[in-house]
Amino acid sequence: MIANIFFDIVSAILLASAVMVISSRNPVHSVLFLILAFINAAVLFLMAGAEFLAMVLVIVYVGAVAVLFMFVVMMLDVDFVALREGVQRYAPVGLAVGMVLFGELAFMAVNWTMAPGTAVFLQSPTPADVSNTVALGSLLYTKYIFLFQLSGAVLLVSMIGAIVLTLRDRNRGKRQDVSAQHARVPADTLRMVNAKLGEAAKLPAPAEEAL
Amino acid sequence: MMAFFDTDLGIVILTLLKSLALIVPLLIGVAYLTYAERKVMGAIQLRKGPNIVGPFGLAQPFADALKMMFKETIIPAGSDRILFMMAPMITFGLAVVAWAVIPVNDHWAIANINVGILYLLAISSLGVYGIIIAGWASNSKYAFLGAMRSAAQMVSYEVSMGFVIVTVLICVGSLNLNDIVMAQRHIWFAIPLFPMFVVFFISGLAETNRAPFDLAEGETEIVAGFFVEYSAMSFALFFLGEYANMILISATTTILFLGGWLSPIPFAPFIWVPGVIWFLLKLFACLFVFIWVRATFPRYRYDQLMALGWKVFLPLSLGYLVLVAGVLEVFGWLPNA
Repeated sequence: MIANIFFDIVSAILLASAVMVISSRNPVHSVLFLILAFINAAVLFLMAGAEFLAMVLVIVYVGAVAVLFMFVVMMLDVDFVALREGVQRYAPVGLAVGMVLFGELAFMAVNWTMAPGTAVFLQSPTPADVSNTVALGSLLYTKYIFLFQLSGAVLLVSMIGAIVLTLRDRNRGKRQDVSAQHARVPADTLRMVNAKLGEAAKLPAPAEEAL
Repeated sequence: MMAFFDTDLGIVILTLLKSLALIVPLLIGVAYLTYAERKVMGAIQLRKGPNIVGPFGLAQPFADALKMMFKETIIPAGSDRILFMMAPMITFGLAVVAWAVIPVNDHWAIANINVGILYLLAISSLGVYGIIIAGWASNSKYAFLGAMRSAAQMVSYEVSMGFVIVTVLICVGSLNLNDIVMAQRHIWFAIPLFPMFVVFFISGLAETNRAPFDLAEGETEIVAGFFVEYSAMSFALFFLGEYANMILISATTTILFLGGWLSPIPFAPFIWVPGVIWFLLKLFACLFVFIWVRATFPRYRYDQLMALGWKVFLPLSLGYLVLVAGVLEVFGWLPNA
């Protein structure tokens, strides 16, 4: 009973914040609503008994991906008026794309069938002594190990790609050489000068390497 | 009476009572942590610290709280009002919410969940929002700079913290905090995993924006960082949140590496001492180091901070993870194997 009411509340907040993501005027507010949507989705996962997925959703999407979103959106100085200007012109195109997507989804929903073997698994009860984190791990690292490794490789490639795109000339700007700093001794840089009373101190000519 | 606590309403009331029993001591602890910090730092710097209000200055935290309550709340012009007021609430709320899974004794936690450590990681990864939102909503460049710094810092150190936690987890074979403590019956993880213990503690300093990594505040460069514009209770909430986070990181360190509520000397009379006492003693030791570090080290430079996180801690923790996994596999010590 209580679980049902709770489910209704959480999914209502989820849908409302999803709508706010696209309708709010300020992009920072949009990102914040997106985060609210993520968190509510995590709560739904929790209610479905998938605690591992819920926590990973929060850690990965809210804790890392959305933070970067926030960074970018806050740094960009978005001109809200200019953003609204093209609405009339782009609306037909946007609507067309939306219609195509919706049509595809509807087509899928109508023609959706289950793979032959899976109906059996749906009826089998969840084992009480295995937590779903353990179950997920023992499946992911044995049966699906190659797919798992492959997705890791895809992530690695995209990481390298991002680094290549942003890597600039290494010699530009000042770089700190820690070992060179540690190797400096007072004798290299300090010189004791005895100044006579009433006279300016006479400095010996600086050594070449000091510059 | 016990049957009542099994009904729906009973569970709600019981959970509320449990939360109250945790939050009230936590808030008093936070108040006295500020006092302890000033006293300890005073002793380290040959000063007296607070000693006027009450005997030995013991009423000082409450005097400060009263002062904060009666000050004026100033909302800067051009700020985003709702987000401006929300940010300190998020910071403080998250600092308290994380305590739901911390076991202070065997099964003494509000929620003994299977993914306890992931829950802690999730909550601490949310902590950055309070700071970013505060920085952005203040509509001030100092606040924004502070927020940017602290966001980058927290995201960077979370990575190596995650690897440290994974290292502990492969030794335990469970994400449950209760199991993690019980796995240390024979030896505390601080001994075999000593480098990870150090990495975790230093990352904890960075994660809570404490000295020597308090660049987010950096009084000498950006005034006070993300909370320049805050005053009165909204400032107090940030302050409380920071100290509650310190206690939280100390509790996490205690659970992951120092054997939680387990007695350090496993025979009588030491095992007669309640586990809570041991837990608190270890917690206080960690907190003392937090304060000691603050009084001892100068603030890091920003690029040094980033270099330490990405070029030292990340490879170190990743390497140690592989080493530990290899050792466990070769000697057949893997749990649940």
